[in-house]
Amino acid sequence: MSSNKYIRDFPILNQTMNGKPIVYLDNGATTQKPDSVVRAICGYYGGCNANPHRGAYELSVKATDIYESARAKVAKFINAEKPMEIIFTKNATESLNLVAYSYGLNNINVGDEIVLTILEHHSNLVPWQQVAKAKGAILKYIYLDQDGNVNDEEIDSKITEQTKIVALTQVSNVLGLVNDVKKVADKAHSVGAVVVVDGSQSVPHMKVDVKALNVDFFAFSGHKMLAPMGIGVLYGKEKLLEDMTPFLTGGDMIEYVEEQTTTFAELPSKFEAGTQNVGGAAGLSAAIDYIEKIGFDEIERIERELVDYALPRLRELPYIELYGCNSKKSNKTGIVTFNVKDVHPHDVATILDAEGVAIRAGHHCAQPLHRYLGINSTCRASFYLYNSTDDVDRLIEGLKKVRKVMHLDS
Amino acid sequence: MILDDIYTELIAEHSRSPEHRHHIDNPTFTERGHNPSCGDEITLELKVADGKIADASFTGVGCAISQASTDMMIELLKGKSVEETQRLANLFLSMIKGDVTDEAELEDLEDAAALKNIANMPARVKCATLAWHTLNSAINGRKG
Repeated sequence: MSSNKYIRDFPILNQTMNGKPIVYLDNGATTQKPDSVVRAICGYYGGCNANPHRGAYELSVKATDIYESARAKVAKFINAEKPMEIIFTKNATESLNLVAYSYGLNNINVGDEIVLTILEHHSNLVPWQQVAKAKGAILKYIYLDQDGNVNDEEIDSKITEQTKIVALTQVSNVLGLVNDVKKVADKAHSVGAVVVVDGSQSVPHMKVDVKALNVDFFAFSGHKMLAPMGIGVLYGKEKLLEDMTPFLTGGDMIEYVEEQTTTFAELPSKFEAGTQNVGGAAGLSAAIDYIEKIGFDEIERIERELVDYALPRLRELPYIELYGCNSKKSNKTGIVTFNVKDVHPHDVATILDAEGVAIRAGHHCAQPLHRYLGINSTCRASFYLYNSTDDVDRLIEGLKKVRKVMHLDS
Repeated sequence: MILDDIYTELIAEHSRSPEHRHHIDNPTFTERGHNPSCGDEITLELKVADGKIADASFTGVGCAISQASTDMMIELLKGKSVEETQRLANLFLSMIKGDVTDEAELEDLEDAAALKNIANMPARVKCATLAWHTLNSAINGRKG
């Protein structure tokens, strides 16, 4: 697959960066949007915009239909039992904060344990630190095997009778390794804890079935799966959401408001205060259509092919150090993380930028993981369905120039 | 983008073997600077005596630009008065903003003037300015 037929759906990738055709390998940060998604957003604002759930007129009904049909589509996409279990947020970070504040603060007490993995993105870590601090709870971490997978014995030993919440990512945004969420959920449920899953790096890349995984809460962002920025999802089991207090309060999430008291709306409105991002929901709906048209078998095949193509070529370069690329146990999504010996990742990214290649450099919002691995920061190339082996070749060619530019090799 | 204008031999040298990366005895000020998005971290140590920077050093990790910039800054400010140090820091920050481009005026920055081209690289401005903002915090903290 030297080129890729899907790239023609992404006109943004038909441009140059620093005079070279752009190679976009920062999909773990955000993906590009296909024409169909851009058209859906334009179509909403160009033809259907009104405040949903409010106006008693046709245009508002249209907007409401678009918003609610997007919810139903998301529910089906991740196999939620009911659309009301889908709460629209602005991103996974807000979704996880919603759980931390509305569930965590009300259900965690002094001495309770919250268990995370050391892989967590700050968005599924800092909110739990805040809850632990506010309630006097104990934050515990599940550490990794040598190859970067979550250690099975740690799952068994860290989750105890005191554990009330287990929060983990389904796919590490740094290592790209897939965690066995079902196994963690079973263990958590055996001690009566709830499981909160960050699906930001899994939902765009693999079929997710929240019922089969038996998770209690599941969060993801639209913008990492071809949809616009500013629309995200929280799935929660109906019973849990029912018992929770609202996260934000105000318009559209109420039933009756008296001078001193308020009764709240039913799910999902209870968690959607204020005018929502209907254009974003329209874009997310079109993104799901696009992904389903291609299918996860094809998406996984493309990403696997790119990783299989990239790894031996990176290993040929003696100055490249790879992270999370030796796992025999778990699946890996299209993420390749590495360092160039003696060169800081930020300098690597600048040199690749000059070659038209976009990668991410830094700690990828996972400082505790980097500290645990004993590294300051890393370079990450993350693939998606429109990338090709030509893109990998351009990455490799760029990397071959890095040490020379830094005056390390002649 | 002409990489050779950024990653000059001089900057490579300052970042690879920074002369001033060590601790000093009994610093008057120890100030940490951090770019959370990319992970550059430095700790600046200053010894001030009689209104002058008697000694200075740094420790830390970061990209070539942040480390070279810090090393060149320390080279420049050693022995200077605190007031002059502040003037130079502001001159450097103006240069990176692209507000001062006159070569003669920038001569006062000595080696650090080599980072002038960072003005054309918005993605790397934070790396170049980290040390100088940290210096300002250290000195202003002292005044306050």
